[in-house]
Order: sequence, then structure tokens, then C-alpha cells
Amino acid sequence: MSETADRVKKIVVEHLGVEAEKVTEDASFIDDLGADSLDIVELVMAFEEEFGVEIPDDAAEKITTVKDAITYIDENQG
Amino acid sequence: MRRVVVTGLGLVTPLGADVETAWKNIVAAKSGAGTITRFDATDYHTNYACEVKPADHEYGFDPGKRVDHKIQRQVDPFIIYGIDAAGQAIEDAGLTDMTDEQRFRAGCSIGSGIGGLPGIESESLVLAEKGPKRVSPHFVHGRLINLISGQVSIKYGLMGPNHAVVTACSTGAHSIGDAARMIAMDDADIMLAGGAEATICPIGIAGFGQARALSTEFRDEPWRASRPWDQGRDGFVMGEGAGIVVLEEYEHAKARGAKIYAEVVGYGLSGDAYHVTAPHPEGSGAFRSMQMAMKKSGLDVSDIDYINAHGTSTPLGDELELGAVRKLFGNAIGDLSMSSTKSAIGHLLGGAGAVESIFCILAMRDQIAPPTLNLDNPSENCAGVDLVPHKAKERKIKAVLNNSFGFGGTNASLVMKAV
Repeated sequence: MSETADRVKKIVVEHLGVEAEKVTEDASFIDDLGADSLDIVELVMAFEEEFGVEIPDDAAEKITTVKDAITYIDENQG
Repeated sequence: MRRVVVTGLGLVTPLGADVETAWKNIVAAKSGAGTITRFDATDYHTNYACEVKPADHEYGFDPGKRVDHKIQRQVDPFIIYGIDAAGQAIEDAGLTDMTDEQRFRAGCSIGSGIGGLPGIESESLVLAEKGPKRVSPHFVHGRLINLISGQVSIKYGLMGPNHAVVTACSTGAHSIGDAARMIAMDDADIMLAGGAEATICPIGIAGFGQARALSTEFRDEPWRASRPWDQGRDGFVMGEGAGIVVLEEYEHAKARGAKIYAEVVGYGLSGDAYHVTAPHPEGSGAFRSMQMAMKKSGLDVSDIDYINAHGTSTPLGDELELGAVRKLFGNAIGDLSMSSTKSAIGHLLGGAGAVESIFCILAMRDQIAPPTLNLDNPSENCAGVDLVPHKAKERKIKAVLNNSFGFGGTNASLVMKAV
């Protein structure tokens, strides 16, 4: 597992209060992890803070799974 | 008129996060006051308050017991206290498994005096330091006063009236009174009613300090600071927590064999129309509020055995309230006991009236009047009244009166009696 993936999963566990095992890369924030649209806004803010990336609204809308987040961060960081 | 009874109780206080622990500590004359731990208050007007204790404390509060992890992160502490106290009350009333038919007729009237002040403060700092894109998307609905009623209704599926009173330190009493009327008027059969507050934060202490409302002279002995009617009193000690009751229509409660704690028989409300923070110099608002509650109750003043006073330990308010009681009760004042439990848990602001109504109910249940701590040298005007100094007192208690008065000159009184 990449370092990015580890850090993303940690943030998801903390923010959504879900068990770490449930946070697989294929997991959908809304369908599998019980998030609502505002929880995703909060997650995106936390990713921006943690990784120093900017995630504009149109990009944030396409982040629906854990893997989407990891891929976006890896492609846009630094 | 439909009769309204109390069938469930829930408490989160600085002396215990459940009804029996809090009451046991109140009767044992313990104090919940201490040096503020939430932030370094050394350079503030005062550095002490009555905080709800952490989960690992002997009588601490565990937010994880009834509030989801995600919600704990999103909302202010007053909402967390409120959800927990409401859960306690529902469990106590045996109403965790209501039918749909019952839930359509069950509502919430849970308010707060100020609402999410710590979160307003901290997110304002985020805004100033990091800009608008870093403010929490849960900022608004995690701070709004009606969001205890909102959260509790969602958690338990309560689809009746959803209401939230905001009348400063009278909130808890108004919440219960208003909800009782909703049941009496046939808008609902069951109401979760009460109040919560959590404002022990830098801007809260600074704000009340600047208003010259807080006790400041007891930094070395905070447990001596809240001393209603004592000559050495110098302001209130801030408390925090929640008190919530289940109110229920009498026949509904009887039909399901519910345990009935008390009947809400009188409710009075008035405005001082005088000053934003100072009480009316003749206590006229307090007098009229109590007078209305007594009239509605159908009881005689001589029937009241115990008064839980507003009694905040401020120089002006305590004696004016006592004067108003003296005027209304006449000679009957010599036969009742009157105390202020704010001497033990501080002033819970919007939670106070509800928490103190619960103490009134427990006083009736156990036939014991809770004490007024630190009442070493009563003011001269207090002669001839049993203010229950220092120690709880066993006595007959069949009917009680609870007073709450708030900034803006808003007054509420509740009369309850044993069924």
C-alpha cells in the first residue's frame, strides 16, 4: 500500500468513524461508508490540508471512492 | 384540559452524567466547581467554573455512550450533552420502542440560551487565519440552538412538534412549560423537553466577565465561589450540561403502565420590561411569573413545600427573588424550604431551569430538600426563611415551585406536584 493510501485511509476512518477494514480502495464514500455530501466536502478539506494540494469543486465532485482520492492526490501533489 | 405528567429524566451535569449520580452528589453537598481545564484562563476575569468532567473521572461524561463518533466531531458540546440527556430520558420512560402511531404524536422542545459558542469562536479563528474554504461544512447545523431537537427527533423518529426555546437563563423552564402546553392543547402525547448549555470557552468567560456577571474572588477555593444569599457572594459560577424530561399526557402514561414522577400543574411567564441584565428592583417580573404559575396550578401557596430558586449568587438577584417569594407567599414562607442548587453545579444558563426541575422532582421522590452550599452568613433580608444551608434536609415535599429568570428580563416559573 502506498504512503498516500495509508494517510487517506486514516483521515477517512477519523472523519467518518468507520472501521479501518471497511475502508478499502474500492469503497464508495456514500454507498459503503455512510457519508453524506457534506461529509465529502469535509473529507476533501482534510485531504487538501494533509497533502498540501488544491482540489477544486469540479474535481472534488468526481472523487466518489477511496481510490479516486488517492489517485487525484498522487497525480496533483507537489 | 389534558393533564401532563413527567415519566422520564435525563441529566448531564458537573456532578454526574446520569440522574442518580448527579442527585447523590447534590444531596451529599458536593461542589462541581474547579479551575477551568478547557483552556488557560489565568489572565481572564475568572479562572474557575463547573465543568462536566471527562469520561475517566469518577462522575465523568462519556460522549461515546449515546452519540455517534461522526456527530461528536461535527457538533458543539451543548448538542452532545442534549442528545445524551434526551436518550437517558427516553430510556428511563421505557419509550425506546415506540410505534409509528406514537412517534407521530411525540415531539421535542429542547432549547439553549446561547447555543454553539465554542464552535462559533473556533471556526471564526479558522476563517480569520485560513480563509472561507477551511470553515467546516457542518459549522451552521453543528451550532444552531434547535439542533438538539433536530438531532433527537432524527435519532428516535419523533415526528410531532419540533421546537426550541431561546430565552437565556429561562430557556429550560420555558421549554418544559411550552411543551406541557402542547400536550395539554392536544398537539402531542409525548414531548422531550429541556435545555442544554456549554459555553465554558474563552469568549464565553470573557463575555460574561465583561458583563460583570461572574464570580471572580475565589481563585484559590473555587468550591466556595457559588454562595447564593450569602453576604460574600460576588457573581455566578458558570456551569454546563443538560437536563431533559419526558412529558406525557396522563392517560397515555397510565395506559402503558409508565412510572409517573410528577404532574406539571402550573406554568407562569412574564417580562420585566426594565433592563437587559439587571432584575427589576422590586422583583415584579419574578412575582408575576410565580403568581401566574400558582394560579394555574389551583394550589394554595401553603401547599408548596420546596422552591428551587433561580438563586445565581449575584449581588442583586438573590435577594430580589426572595423578596418576591415573601410577597407572594406571606406567612406561608415560614413553612417551606427554598434552596439554590447552583451553589453546587453553577449556573447552567439555558440548561438550568430543566436541570433544576429534575432536582425538584427528585426532592419530591426522596422527600429531601437539596442544600444551598456556602451559605455561611445570609444577607439580612433572608431572616425567617429556611434556605437549607450546607446540608440536605429530610422533610415532607408534595408540591414544588421552580424559578428561572434570564437576561432581557424574561421569567418562567413551574409548579409540579406528586401524583
